[in-house]
Amino acid sequence: MPKAFFIDTTKCTACRGCQVGCKEWKDLPAVPTKQTGTHQNPPDLNPFNLKLVRFSEHMDKNGVVSWYFFPDQCRHCLEAPCKQASSVEGAIIQDAATGAVIFTEKTAKEDFEVIHGACPYDIPRLNPATKQIVKCDMCVDRVKANLLPMCVKSCAMGAMNFGERADMLKMAADRLVMVKKKFPKAQLCNPDDVAVIFLVADEPKKYHAFAVAEGPALLTRKQMLAGAFTPLRRLARAMQG
Amino acid sequence: MTMTRRTFIKVTGAGLAGLTLGRFGLDLGPVEAYAAGLKIEGAKETISICPFCSCGCNTLVHVKDGRIINIEGDPDFPISGGGLCAKGASLKSLHISPERLTKPLYRAPGSDKWEEKDWNWMMERIARRIKDQRDKDFLQKNAAGQLVNRLESVFHLGSSQVSNEEAAVLHQMVRAFGIVHFDHQARICHSPSVPALAECFGRGAMTNHYNDIQNADAILIMGSNAAEHHPMTFKWALKAQARGAVIMHVDPKFSRTSARSDFHVPIRSGTDIAFLGGMIKYILEKKKYFADYVLDYTNASFLVGEKYSFKDGMFSGFDPDKKKYDKSAWAFDKDADGKVKRDPTYKHPRCVMNLMKAHYSRYDLDRVSSVTGVSKQDLLRVYEAYTATGRPDKAGTIVYALGWTQHSVGVQNIRLSGLVQQLLGNIGIAGGGINALRGEPNVQGTTDHALLYGYLPGYHSTPTANYQTLEEYLKAYTPVTKDPMSVNWWGNRPKYVVSLLKSWYGDNATKENDYGYSWVPKMDPGVDYSHLYIFDRMYKGGIKGGLCFAHNPCQSIPNLNKVRKAWDKLDWVVIGEVFHNETTDNWRRPGVDPKTVKTEVFLLPSAYRAEKDGTISNSGRWHMWHYKAVEPLGQSRNMGEMFVEIMNRVRALYAKEGGAFPEPITKADYPAKFEAEAEAKRINGFFTRDTKVGDKEYKKGQLVPGFPSLKDDGSTTSLNWLYCGGYTEAEGNLSKRRDLTQTPMQAKIGLYPGFAWAWPMNRRVLYNRASVDKNGKPFNPDKTVIVWQDGKWVGDVPDGGYPPMSMEGGKYPFIMTTEGHSQLFGPGREDGPFPEHYEPAETPLVVNPFSKQMHNPCMKVIQSDMDQLAKNGDPRFPIVLTTYSLTEHWCSGSETRNSPPLLEAEPQQYVEMSPQLAQEKGIKNGDVVEVESLRGKTQAVAMVTVRIKPFKVAGKTVHLVGMPFCFGWSKPKCGDSTNRVTVSIGDPNTTIPEYKACLVNLRKAEKVTEL
Repeated sequence: MPKAFFIDTTKCTACRGCQVGCKEWKDLPAVPTKQTGTHQNPPDLNPFNLKLVRFSEHMDKNGVVSWYFFPDQCRHCLEAPCKQASSVEGAIIQDAATGAVIFTEKTAKEDFEVIHGACPYDIPRLNPATKQIVKCDMCVDRVKANLLPMCVKSCAMGAMNFGERADMLKMAADRLVMVKKKFPKAQLCNPDDVAVIFLVADEPKKYHAFAVAEGPALLTRKQMLAGAFTPLRRLARAMQG
Repeated sequence: MTMTRRTFIKVTGAGLAGLTLGRFGLDLGPVEAYAAGLKIEGAKETISICPFCSCGCNTLVHVKDGRIINIEGDPDFPISGGGLCAKGASLKSLHISPERLTKPLYRAPGSDKWEEKDWNWMMERIARRIKDQRDKDFLQKNAAGQLVNRLESVFHLGSSQVSNEEAAVLHQMVRAFGIVHFDHQARICHSPSVPALAECFGRGAMTNHYNDIQNADAILIMGSNAAEHHPMTFKWALKAQARGAVIMHVDPKFSRTSARSDFHVPIRSGTDIAFLGGMIKYILEKKKYFADYVLDYTNASFLVGEKYSFKDGMFSGFDPDKKKYDKSAWAFDKDADGKVKRDPTYKHPRCVMNLMKAHYSRYDLDRVSSVTGVSKQDLLRVYEAYTATGRPDKAGTIVYALGWTQHSVGVQNIRLSGLVQQLLGNIGIAGGGINALRGEPNVQGTTDHALLYGYLPGYHSTPTANYQTLEEYLKAYTPVTKDPMSVNWWGNRPKYVVSLLKSWYGDNATKENDYGYSWVPKMDPGVDYSHLYIFDRMYKGGIKGGLCFAHNPCQSIPNLNKVRKAWDKLDWVVIGEVFHNETTDNWRRPGVDPKTVKTEVFLLPSAYRAEKDGTISNSGRWHMWHYKAVEPLGQSRNMGEMFVEIMNRVRALYAKEGGAFPEPITKADYPAKFEAEAEAKRINGFFTRDTKVGDKEYKKGQLVPGFPSLKDDGSTTSLNWLYCGGYTEAEGNLSKRRDLTQTPMQAKIGLYPGFAWAWPMNRRVLYNRASVDKNGKPFNPDKTVIVWQDGKWVGDVPDGGYPPMSMEGGKYPFIMTTEGHSQLFGPGREDGPFPEHYEPAETPLVVNPFSKQMHNPCMKVIQSDMDQLAKNGDPRFPIVLTTYSLTEHWCSGSETRNSPPLLEAEPQQYVEMSPQLAQEKGIKNGDVVEVESLRGKTQAVAMVTVRIKPFKVAGKTVHLVGMPFCFGWSKPKCGDSTNRVTVSIGDPNTTIPEYKACLVNLRKAEKVTEL
């Protein structure tokens, strides 16, 4: 049975247990950072940060402040554009049991720009030392041992959820109904296309430029499957100016 | 239990997904290869506890080949359900860090380097230093000629990081040496909580517990950034919110807590009493209070004596020379039998209800708004939403932390929340209470074990020279009531004190020698031996050496430039630590030539949490065991071993050489070797002779079953009566319990009586006798905490097992207060029976709109050439600075700055400011700025954010900026301590420093030197 994440940002306190838990489980080294006037650090995903809590703050006309947290990660797309863009066999694989999209060491032979460009969510990163392309792997080692992915395990707030896709979709739909009462603009981000379903209380772009895939909406599923993809991320970026 | 919450899918036979892979065929090989070899497979799993905040999250430590390979949350832990915040999630990196201290290090006077030494060399020399200093400076009599038997020239500091068992042997050692300059983190973190909550309800602890927050209908988070500094709070706050509860956050800045609250109300730091005073007025005027509760359970109907008055900011009884009140001016009016007079009709002008009404009548919306900077609309929004819980079927909880404690009015901030909760009938009920989020991992336990100069373990005041005999001491501190319905549990104090002395001195404690009472050091009455005074006396040369364990005062004490200079004046210091920090390496701090620092430093490497066993007590008083997963790294040792060895080495020297007043040391009943399990038993206590309790016989040497069995005749021992009952002959070590079973009634309110153990006697919700009416029926049957059924209480352990009040033998519900009632009027605190608004010691105002009295008239002001205060409304320093914590670092950051993923997420000192202030000062987001007060300056990266707003105060704009207090120079380029800027001003009750409000100015830094 395919698995899915349901990430309810309305419950996220940005405690960053997920961000740190991911690094710890995967023994990823810290990258040097600086305080630049925001709590978001590192500033972006990088080869050693596969999970990143993004912070964005807003004030409306009435002076009401919102602070949005977006625990970003690979969406494990159901029809993964990165996999379709892949030209090296065994470099990008999808686990049928869980739906996990996995980058193996063979990604070192891929063209990073192509793989990166294929991703509508700006996820893949290149490890300059190994030349491998890296991203979240759903902690498939843990999942196959019947353990939760570490980011989900770390989350005490109920923001990060993981389980059978059908259950997660139901959880997401139910929660959306609740949240909409308070936040009419609340929505799920590409729930039909991805295995990592975010619920946001406001326009997704207010959380993160790549919170939703805008590019793919222009393409039909058929076009995508036919391999008629373009570097979608670049497209998305171009559209956002 | 075999079925736990460890797996996310119910285990159904062949649970591992790998077994089913074959069915799909696709990509099978590569995925299997990729996912092969779960790193924790075959690892040994041990339960430990996160060493940071007082949530006390249980962890699973995975060990392979003697090395920690993973630490993650324990899903069976009821508070976290297996989650961990960023700090907890980084525990593996911290434990295995190459930055760990793994060898004893010695720094010779004037030296510029550490030298590695062996333990024996270090311990021998440490014992010698302690003994020589003690022999030289021991004071048998004070200036008045009274016997005091104390040592003033040596201090002990720390630590809330030690286990309860370590705290017990440490406290015993410190008193044996005669040390009075004895303090730890509780002083600077939550010391006001104890006298404030105790004055209201009888005990100085969080009334409920984390899981219970889910039962609230309204959650007022004020003086706390719970989502960041006690992250698990929000698991339960969010649960309540999903049920329809409203979460309100009243705090100077919009934080991660505000982000998840229903709304945030910014308030100028230091004006909480004005804000809550307005709420009291609102409750009384709009009759929002729970009338039966207030009448039956609080002292609203008590009459106050004629000497009491309040005029223009001052209560009666003030002595301006001593800056002290004569509290007898506030005493209750008693009848000829000694019973407090009452007027249940509230007609008498001097009943508490009317005095309270008069007092808070001055807290009108206009004045409150003008002082706090909160709009009237926002004030009403909070008042309305929160006071809606003043009904039997609604619960409101107040959650606070250092935002209330760290003020010159810290105790009264908390006291006033107690008034609100009493009026609304929110104490003792599920979803109610005052949830004091205690700070460090075991600060509740180390407060209970009193690593504080002013208490002996179990909240007994340290004797002063005025009480030369045990009888005099017990008479002074054992309250008496003439009301037969009042339990007055503190009337049992003699049993607990004598049992403590029996534990300390064993067979050497006899009735004839006052159980060794004369060996306990006596303080001089009215003299303060807490942090601010320790460092002041150190600065002035009065303190020569000391012990500092798991504490980082050279980063965390206010007016730090003075503190660091004071530390330079020490001849010797013994430090136990896990990592280097600003205190261990003070002699080589930036700008100082090590040659000029004469201090001899002994740095002992400490084991870290997963390397030792013992208990901690979390904020909800859960007494929980953590197990040792691996051997301590390198040559590090647990602190219990260090204390025991130091004491025994000093003892051996006294046995061999004699010296100054050796009795407290040589006569001590002290372990030869530290073992947590054995100490846990000593804390609980033993019978010293065969004894019968009820119809059960106990032999000499058996464990006392609970504190009701402790005696004042020498037949029992207990190092801490609160924990007596936590380790029994019948059930063993109850802190190890992991039973999650619940009755349906317990399940409804999230009570886990079988998980670990809570003091006192496993009560989970304190004062729960106030959750029922006089007949024992719950005010809110949907959320029953206890109920009287078939002649007995069921649910939680009742707080006093007596029958309901209306029945024969019934008692008042507040068993720890002298008169059995919670106290709206509290005549026992230093600065008044009702909280009153005073401005912080440094204030942007020139007039206090509430009275002519600008500041707390009793606040402690440290005076030296380096302690300077800006004048009221000082134009040189027009900006209010408040300081705080954040999720990713803990306290001074001395541990968490060594965690690579934490430092990656929060790498450098910053100052949060409004866009308006930034524009005024020409500062852009990310610029390095210099923040300066009259005492010092610090550099920080500007974080320009709409989350901080300018305040409109008394008609003018007041800017506030906020800085974290976790950064220090010992990690290069992360900045240095904010406390170089803060003030040495203390609350009059506990001398907690006013970290939360001082005056600064700031400008763009010309040259970046610290970041």
